[in-house]
Amino acid sequence: MLTPRERRLGVAGGAIALAAVLAFMMLALLALLAFPSAPPGGTIVTAYTWQILQFTLLQAALSTALSVLLAVPVALALARRPNFPLRTWILRLMVLPMGLPVLVVALGLIAVWGRQGVANSLLMILGMDQPISIYGLGGILLAHVFFNLPLACRLAVAALDRLPGEYWKLAGSLGMGPLSVLRFLEWPAIARVLPGISSLVFMLCATSFTIVLVLGGGPAATTLEVAIYQSLRFDFDPPRAIALSLLQVAVTASVLCLLGLIGSTDPTGSSSSAPSRRYDGTSLAARLWDALVVLLSVFFLLLPLAAIVIEGLQADLGRLLTSDAFIEAATSSAIIAVASAVLALSASTLLIRGRLAAIDSRRPGVAAVAYRQLLGASSLLVLLVPPVVLGTGWFLLLRPLGEVARFAPILIVAINALMALPFVMRVLEPTWEAHHARTTRLVASLGLRGFRKFWYVDRPILVKPAALALSFAMALSLGDLGAIALFGSNDLVTLPWLLYSRLSSYRTADADGLALILGMICLALTVTGTFHQTDRSRRAAD
Amino acid sequence: MYKSYLFLPFVFSFAFTHVAAAQDKSLTIYTYESFTAEWGPGPKVKEEFEKTCDCMVNFVSVADGVALLSRLKLEGEATDADLALGLDTNIAAEAKATGLFEEHRVDIAAVEVPGAYRDDVFVPYDYGHFALVYDTEVLSAPPSSMKELVEGDPAQKIVIQDPRTSTPGLGFLLWVKSVYGDQAPEAWRKLRQRILTVTPGWSEAYGLLTKGEVPMVLSYTTSPAYHMVAEGTERYQAASFAEGHYIQIELVGLLKTSDSKELARQFLQFVTTPAFQNVIPTNNWMMPAAAMSEPLPEAFSRLVKPQKTFLMDPQHVADNRHAWIDEWLAAMSGQ
Repeated sequence: MLTPRERRLGVAGGAIALAAVLAFMMLALLALLAFPSAPPGGTIVTAYTWQILQFTLLQAALSTALSVLLAVPVALALARRPNFPLRTWILRLMVLPMGLPVLVVALGLIAVWGRQGVANSLLMILGMDQPISIYGLGGILLAHVFFNLPLACRLAVAALDRLPGEYWKLAGSLGMGPLSVLRFLEWPAIARVLPGISSLVFMLCATSFTIVLVLGGGPAATTLEVAIYQSLRFDFDPPRAIALSLLQVAVTASVLCLLGLIGSTDPTGSSSSAPSRRYDGTSLAARLWDALVVLLSVFFLLLPLAAIVIEGLQADLGRLLTSDAFIEAATSSAIIAVASAVLALSASTLLIRGRLAAIDSRRPGVAAVAYRQLLGASSLLVLLVPPVVLGTGWFLLLRPLGEVARFAPILIVAINALMALPFVMRVLEPTWEAHHARTTRLVASLGLRGFRKFWYVDRPILVKPAALALSFAMALSLGDLGAIALFGSNDLVTLPWLLYSRLSSYRTADADGLALILGMICLALTVTGTFHQTDRSRRAAD
Repeated sequence: MYKSYLFLPFVFSFAFTHVAAAQDKSLTIYTYESFTAEWGPGPKVKEEFEKTCDCMVNFVSVADGVALLSRLKLEGEATDADLALGLDTNIAAEAKATGLFEEHRVDIAAVEVPGAYRDDVFVPYDYGHFALVYDTEVLSAPPSSMKELVEGDPAQKIVIQDPRTSTPGLGFLLWVKSVYGDQAPEAWRKLRQRILTVTPGWSEAYGLLTKGEVPMVLSYTTSPAYHMVAEGTERYQAASFAEGHYIQIELVGLLKTSDSKELARQFLQFVTTPAFQNVIPTNNWMMPAAAMSEPLPEAFSRLVKPQKTFLMDPQHVADNRHAWIDEWLAAMSGQ
């Protein structure tokens, strides 16, 4: 139980964050709507629009199903082996794909799975003459699994690691077999976080742009996002862009509602997320299975990354690292990444506290539950409004205030923070809820509040998920190109922008080198975010 | 959210670091990013022009020519731009329709571009022909005509750009339209078998060529010059097509709302002089639109020289672009 004051503050804080998020989006849309422009040419929703809408949903559903289904066994295996060799590094590796510009990853995947890739070369040696083709739906799914399997796996491992150590002791002393452990312990823990993970992955796939175009093989494979981009950038037809954006939000949100993926989670369990010692899975078969599953997924992740590293090492890294352009871009990227991650974390904090405060009574009313759902959904739906729409809208809003380039850094930070919000929520909320459920009464009875409560009660538990959330958010911002594209001016260059600009003037070797450096920076950030995990897991393994 | 305020000072401070030193006269030129990159023509052009005027040139760069037009449409008459450099013939009519530009009124007798493009509003500053660039280590006999490309071996793949998101993509669409006219949809249906994938922009497609994934991509006749001059390799060459090649002419225009029109016109005139044109070939990797005072680098003499140039009237492109893209979509995604 919170005190009435704490509850009021929590609800109000959530409302402020919600209002800020919604206002940021609505103002952009309104500014675009108010822009004097000719009425949209022709009908907005044509037969072709329906065709790409169907394709968008189909590929997003398949991508989500595959990513999540494949992530579960990997997560189970990793959670069962707290002392798996290099476990911490495998988990860190899983944050990496997000921090790389999509095009870099696409080229890495092509180096492995493309026509001239490693996989096809091996198949040819084995005597097969029909190489596998990455272009088409298959390639889109492959790439989406590459991006989202690690994400889903990372979140699922966190959920499993949250289970209290006593569970495993009890399961061990009861002599529970692998199936019983799965049924009574592991599956309930994973099932609680699956809707949240799936909805996040679904939205990321539904709004996928570069991957779908590069690997799709032609305009039959197109997402609605491409149509929105085209209508705003090439045709400059704001009403059409808004209509398509709203269509995207409405259709995707209703699909998610139908699937029940936007729902409340009801987490239980310990809030200490250090992996506990496990007593199960000691049989040889179980060991082999876990090793196989983890190794396969690591190979799947590492091969394209290795291709990026190999190409990157051929660049003149010394010259790149010392060039003024690089240092300037790296500084801008770092400031933007840190600022947007902190902003996303702060907004998530308010939203989560609001969600907790809303139902903090024995029988929360309908309004309280609805408010809670709204806070959760709003953080998710931001992914559906394309950055190009937000950017253009805000450009119009800020234009009367003077040189827009001056506001560009702030806008990019805001847009990146919005994009990171759903990730941060998914990392932070389950732990926080469990922690809240366990400690609120005790804290209330001890009369702890304010900074002392934060420092002695919340900090020790929340610092780890917060660090993971920050590293997700920073990676996302580091790899993002979308938000900067419209404002880009000589004054503000980020690393992905620099990479693209090298690429667009034939300097592929430089671009390869920058991709490697960007990956390294991203890994370094993840390592700092999860530094203390090494000794925690080692201790758990003792 | 209050925590984030701590970072605002940092964010602000680096936004201001590049504010130019005040000068008596200044000229603001909106352009695209690769023009102003450290290796692009921008820095040298600025230096050369500032020698001739007591002024300061400020570049503001966006992603590409299309983004440049969007930015001008967004800003309307409130724009700070004196000049917009980097539009091209395919979007010239739409740029004119904004009513933001005014006649250049400079002497462009020195300008010489294939297809005899002349305009009262825009001054051409360089050009390039679209061409399929191929990897000589993989392809020994590239197609020698559009017809051979369309009807050739479907196992020999090419990559093109999407006309909905990229200017070369749109250029290729117009090229096919120029060659095939009403038969374009059938041509696309045949060509579709050869198209490995359609990328959102030029960079993605060209990356697929240099990574060895595909032996042939849509680019420019001038692309091999970069590899020959900067990398010393003749590996990548452009295929010469018997029917002719579609041209992209890059343009610079004067904004009606400019407050230093005299200086801007001085720059427009400067564009047609050797001081500007000398910089173009080896910095923008395009062909000069007027005489240079130095000879073209030797590699440029080995480039494909199209016998015939296709160029559609910009107004005709603006009127039909949507219909043609829909036609392309139907041919490329239908059964």
